[in-house]
Amino acid sequence: MNEKPQAPAIEGWFTMDDKPRLIGTQCCACGTYFFPKQQRYCKNPDCDSTDFREVQLSRTGRVWSYTNACYKPPAPFVAAEPFEPYTIAAVTLEEEQMTVLGQVVTGVNVSDLKVGMAMELVLEPLHETDDDIKMTWKWRPLAEQGEQH
Amino acid sequence: MSNDIAIIGAGMHPWGKWGHNFVEYGVAAAREALADAGIPWQDVGFVSGGATVRCGYPGYVAGATFAQALGWQGCEVNTSYAACASGSQALAAARNKILAGACDVALVIGADTTPKGFLAPAGGYRPEDPDWVRFYLGITNPTYFALYARRRMDLYGDTLEDFAAVKVKNSLIGSKNPRARYRKCFTAEDVAASAMVADPLRLMDICATSDGGAALIICSADYARRIGKADAPRIAAISTVTPSFASAVVEMPDIATDSAAAAGIEAHSFRAALPVKAYEEAGIGPEDVDVAEVYDLSTALELDWIEDLQLAPRGEAAQLLRRGDTAVGGRIPVNPSGGLACFGEAVPAQALAQVCELTWQLRGECGDRQVAGAKVGITANQGLFGHGSSVIIKR
Repeated sequence: MNEKPQAPAIEGWFTMDDKPRLIGTQCCACGTYFFPKQQRYCKNPDCDSTDFREVQLSRTGRVWSYTNACYKPPAPFVAAEPFEPYTIAAVTLEEEQMTVLGQVVTGVNVSDLKVGMAMELVLEPLHETDDDIKMTWKWRPLAEQGEQH
Repeated sequence: MSNDIAIIGAGMHPWGKWGHNFVEYGVAAAREALADAGIPWQDVGFVSGGATVRCGYPGYVAGATFAQALGWQGCEVNTSYAACASGSQALAAARNKILAGACDVALVIGADTTPKGFLAPAGGYRPEDPDWVRFYLGITNPTYFALYARRRMDLYGDTLEDFAAVKVKNSLIGSKNPRARYRKCFTAEDVAASAMVADPLRLMDICATSDGGAALIICSADYARRIGKADAPRIAAISTVTPSFASAVVEMPDIATDSAAAAGIEAHSFRAALPVKAYEEAGIGPEDVDVAEVYDLSTALELDWIEDLQLAPRGEAAQLLRRGDTAVGGRIPVNPSGGLACFGEAVPAQALAQVCELTWQLRGECGDRQVAGAKVGITANQGLFGHGSSVIIKR
């Protein structure tokens, strides 16, 4: 068991609890959501609001599409040695009507996924530093689908 | 007729990985275009360049750089930056200059030298930069193209064999193009044997980056008539529209799409919007198109473009491909140049290279690659930061 403390890979982008959520903003005038956070101007062409509230986004959604990374990305990505390919999904959040990219949890492959599949947000390590384990959001197939136990 | 702008000259420096200064490629392309037009350089009243951001200050002021390299002769200059659509934006600037009556003849030009190795963002901790964020989280350029490709497979039933067939088709026709960088004919087995990069895309499904240069000489209808080129291909439309909020497709370098949650807001596809304005401006429809040059950054993306240009109903591009409709000799040939699969991308030159190919096709000068009787051609491309373009030329 690794005894280093966990820390968010990007500060303030998601909650660090058991049921993590991405942290975005919502325009107080028109209701448009933003992730990453947008707090200065609304990108809806029908809206000129400068008033935003911080919100936690839905933690479940459906697969828009998916792929994997077979080659090690360049820095600032910090790769494990040897490099292990990982799966990536774009997941559409219904309430927010937006699609968010992220890695898929370790152990889930491209062959396990399908467009439309229900997914939930979880946290997993992205990489380690000398001081801590940098955690990031990842998508995981929602347990409830298929056979219910 | 007074709104018609003629393309009287086209030229390209062959694509490759030559390692020379980009100015050299641009000058070679410009000289070929001038010779093709049969006019002296001193007749050019406006040089409209596509910027290259990879080649330092001379690249930021490409219009002036090329004008100086060709010999200052007192013309006016312009430089456009619009990512992959830079060439089209430079073309639009030149067309508008002529339409405004400010000059008769313009040189439109773009060239690039690509650096060696991976293009990576600056280091440090910079979460305000979407490019830094996505690389930090492990999202590279092929990720986006693979997401689009996989979605086609799940929604429309496209297969790996379909994607490989795009490469086979383009490499066959590109092998006959002396300006292409890759001129080897590849088989479906070659594609299947290449390394998986981002499932379902393999190395041979994804285009490379190249050095290259392309140039066009365009002029007023009056000038074309005066020099005996009244029947030269004409620019019927240039669309360089931005996306409309909310953009529903996750685009490089972003980690998320727009939200379409606000009342009255609908999700839009940027790629599909690009040709709409072009068709409107040209006063024609997709049924009038004889040949298309599209931005096949991946094999699967060529199929997306065919549907975005409305050359096939959504989800049916692979059926056209399987029937041979998109090959030269088929009903609606796509990428008779060989496309990016055979050229590799030279960003500020690529949109102009597409128009060069259509110019030669409409003049019936493409030999083994000729699309018989081509009278109307359309281009399409999309780049970063909401830039993209679609150009229609006709004869």
